[in-house]
Amino acid sequence: MKVALFVPCYVDAFFPEVGIATLELLERLGVEVAYPLEQTCCGQPMGNSGCEKEAAATEALFVKNFAGFEYVVTPSGSCTHHVRENLTAVRQTKQTKEVRKATYELVEFVHDVLKVREFPWAEFPHTVGLHNGCASLRALHTAKMSEINEPFFSKPIDLLSKVKGIRFVTPRRPDECCGFGGTFSVFEEPVSAKMGYDKVMDHQKAGAEYIVSADMSCLMHQRGCAERMGLPIKFIHIAQILNGARA
Amino acid sequence: MKRIDHAEASSKFIKAKDHLDFHDQRLWDLRQKRDRESEHIPEWEELRALASAIKEHTLTHLADYLEEFERKATANGAHVHWAKDAAEHNQFVFDIMCAHGAKTLVKAKSMLTDECEMRPFLENRGIDVMETDLGERIQQLDNEPPSHIVVPAVHKLRTDVARVFAQTIGTDPKNSDVHYLAESQRQHTRPYFLKADAGMTGANFAVAETGTVVVCTNEGNADLSVNLPSLYIASIGVEKIIPKIEHLGVFVRMLSRSALGSPITQLTSHFRAPRDGTEMHIILVDNGRSERLGMPDFWYSLKCIRCGACMNTCPVYRRSGGLSYGATYSGPIGVIIDPTFNLRKYSSLPFASTLNGSCTSVCPVKINIHEQIYKWRQVIAERAQLPFVKQEAMQVAGKVLANPKLYRAAVETAGAGIEHLPRFMMYNRLNAWGRQREVPAAPALTFRQWYLKNRSKQ
Repeated sequence: MKVALFVPCYVDAFFPEVGIATLELLERLGVEVAYPLEQTCCGQPMGNSGCEKEAAATEALFVKNFAGFEYVVTPSGSCTHHVRENLTAVRQTKQTKEVRKATYELVEFVHDVLKVREFPWAEFPHTVGLHNGCASLRALHTAKMSEINEPFFSKPIDLLSKVKGIRFVTPRRPDECCGFGGTFSVFEEPVSAKMGYDKVMDHQKAGAEYIVSADMSCLMHQRGCAERMGLPIKFIHIAQILNGARA
Repeated sequence: MKRIDHAEASSKFIKAKDHLDFHDQRLWDLRQKRDRESEHIPEWEELRALASAIKEHTLTHLADYLEEFERKATANGAHVHWAKDAAEHNQFVFDIMCAHGAKTLVKAKSMLTDECEMRPFLENRGIDVMETDLGERIQQLDNEPPSHIVVPAVHKLRTDVARVFAQTIGTDPKNSDVHYLAESQRQHTRPYFLKADAGMTGANFAVAETGTVVVCTNEGNADLSVNLPSLYIASIGVEKIIPKIEHLGVFVRMLSRSALGSPITQLTSHFRAPRDGTEMHIILVDNGRSERLGMPDFWYSLKCIRCGACMNTCPVYRRSGGLSYGATYSGPIGVIIDPTFNLRKYSSLPFASTLNGSCTSVCPVKINIHEQIYKWRQVIAERAQLPFVKQEAMQVAGKVLANPKLYRAAVETAGAGIEHLPRFMMYNRLNAWGRQREVPAAPALTFRQWYLKNRSKQ
């Protein structure tokens, strides 16, 4: 299996530990992982702003970097969503289409492709609240949405529940958006920050020590809010827990 | 025309904490009630698919169904008028009233008449217009537009209503008891029904097969407005047509469940023909709808049945209030409709969204709202309607992120701290990020640097 690791720009720059955990986890699961060194970003910041023209070259670079791999795996639901559904600024060559189809978010790759359910090395003796990023939840549909009348399922819970010692709490509004939203977080700062404050407070009240998510961008925003609010709540990416982080 | 600045308006709304908390919780309660109601119906998702299909079928055969409706309504004894825009609509209403020497109009709730700005048009011409829906009446008395398409005064606390009523209809300013206020409005409104020359409603549905105008309400005010005066005018957007009476059941099962989380509205009134000795006029209004129908990415918005579920679930709407959108239609559905009326004026609205998609998931007719928001952003960028600061940031970001060397130079400033990162990493508004949030500390090494140090065989 020829798998490439895509480390989103904000993870590369701010949260290398999440990239490292993703790489190590995939390797533990027996995957041979390549990391194309010329990678930057998927183009989402420009694409989400409506700027297709400005996104085109970045998207082309993404396709160039990841062409030819059977799978492209990334610890980000929103980047995966962008590549799969919205990588439209670049010419839709056969290569582009293949890369778009090959791109997977980490949880769905482990859950659906590798079909792994055991993480014997993982132990996380803490109370966690799960935050499903909106792209993971509603675009990649990795869990039941509260709006949709469908049976309960949750791929991240399927994986996390195999971690020793972990305890879950559920906030009152489990899948309300946390207000990050990419450029929304700065151009609509008042609402974005209010949503972030409400989100971390909801988890805090539910008794969570950690907020865990497959989306580090949501957590970057939430952590920024929690720190400013002076809340003791901590944040961790799901890759880190599955890879055996204890705290 | 001045651009609406949604972020600025939301900032004011957020500062009024009591109002914000009430507004957010009240609408979230409606969303939760909607969830519970929909969970009681095993075929809910099938209903949504069916409702969507009926609407798409109707919209793609709209001219035929409209003409069928006109034939049936005319045969029933109603007069049917075709208004191409708001101006024509308002003129029709005025002319019809003049022809009857009518000076007073009692009206039920209608977003269309707000869209057409009918009330000021008529009032300027000497017509006395009384909103009879409680929420609409509160907003009329307070000289404010509705902030929500179903619950027009939801942004007000009961103490606000007590203040408005005390100033306008003479209630006790210290009494903010909900029943007292509602009863006071009822007593105040009742005489107007009896003396009004004309009554008006909008329509939730117009049935082509029967020529029926269907109005769903909870207060009985629509029925009084229609059945007491000798002249009844119904204003109907052309997209409200459904082909057959049997289709109505699909929508009626979903409308109030989606809107308020109640199984059905108190009243589902079918107005088919004028009573003896009275006249019934139906105005079918286009006002940009045909143009919207021709937009490949946006015509699905015409499926909307105005339930407001997208507004109730929208985390941005709940925290910014309907008035912050500066338009007749607010919240997610407003964000995708308003730019069709005026792209420049409403160019900030498609950015008042995190693209979380909850709106799309609650929509009973499966409008792909968040995907249309995404598309509108492209239209706005293409037509050079982005604010300069955003346009500039995206150009810089596009250049840097497309060039691995520039990108690395930008992020590999080990230990330097975020303030030395180029502005694009925080989308050119670092201050906005840091106003209420901490910025993440820059790590000693980027992932790539770590990888080269620890893993690379090169």
